[in-house]
Amino acid sequence: MSGYSDVFREVMFWVFATAAVLPALFVLFSREIVHMAFWLLLSLAGFAGIYLQIGAAFLGFTQVVVYIGGILILLLFGIMLTEKLDVPLRERRSWVFVLPGVIVGFFVSAGLMLIAVYVPWKTAIPGRSEFVVREIGANFMSTFVLPFEAVSVMLLVAMVGASYMVRRDSATGKEASLPSGAESSAAESQGEN
Amino acid sequence: MDAVIQSSTAMVNEFVLNVLGSSTALLAQAAEASTPGAEAIGLSHYLLVSSLAFGIGLMIIITRRNAIAVLMGIELMLNAAGLNFVAFSKFTDADPVEGQVVTLFIIVIAAAEAAVALAIALNLFHNLNTVEVTEAHALKG
Repeated sequence: MSGYSDVFREVMFWVFATAAVLPALFVLFSREIVHMAFWLLLSLAGFAGIYLQIGAAFLGFTQVVVYIGGILILLLFGIMLTEKLDVPLRERRSWVFVLPGVIVGFFVSAGLMLIAVYVPWKTAIPGRSEFVVREIGANFMSTFVLPFEAVSVMLLVAMVGASYMVRRDSATGKEASLPSGAESSAAESQGEN
Repeated sequence: MDAVIQSSTAMVNEFVLNVLGSSTALLAQAAEASTPGAEAIGLSHYLLVSSLAFGIGLMIIITRRNAIAVLMGIELMLNAAGLNFVAFSKFTDADPVEGQVVTLFIIVIAAAEAAVALAIALNLFHNLNTVEVTEAHALKG
């Protein structure tokens, strides 16, 4: 357990659990989409802290590198590239979906919490919580070698596909767009506005 | 007659005591189960955190119209699932490393999914001049 006491572990759990759940609520309630992205940053950092607290240090660092350093920046780029400059970033809420969304989310969450608390899980004494990067690598190359290769191919396909979808047309210099049907519907929606 | 009354009251007493006893036992069991603070931080704590995050992510997905906001809800739900994997592999007698490996797969897939989803959102913006998911109804019959 590398020297840190149970009380410290407990306090750290509550700190990181609050840091994971409370910003998620702010993501839900904030009106501006940039604020949502930054609250999501705090929430993801809270999850990284929980990974550290549970003894999965490598996962915690991967969470920081991939989620906060990669996915969140990608989301911010997406926000920058898809917002019209003359329209404020404030996001319109679809009130038709708010009530069913809250109801469904509440019941799913409550059901999962009831399951989490009342099902007698077959728990065991937690095993060692040392630095397990070597074992993770060995697992990647032995038990999980097929999923590992599949995920590698999938990442390649996703990268190529994403860059293909947002490519610029080399002949005209314009962004490549979908065939004429989609363009006409786009023109229609612009005409409506 | 007295004997009958006596035996019936004895039966009622026994019944009441049984019900009381079993219900108090159940209550005690439920209290023990619902206050995991008696022990240290256990499996159900992590499951509670992840179920809260999952529910919040689901609410975000349903209530938001902006495609990127929906993507944020998906990221929250993926995080909740990953935390569940780690917690189960840590607190049950499974191999504590395998859950972490699966969570790493989840993180990688989330990265790929975010890249593709943002490409889709950019295309949507170029074609419809908006990223609101309710506006993308060109395929509606």
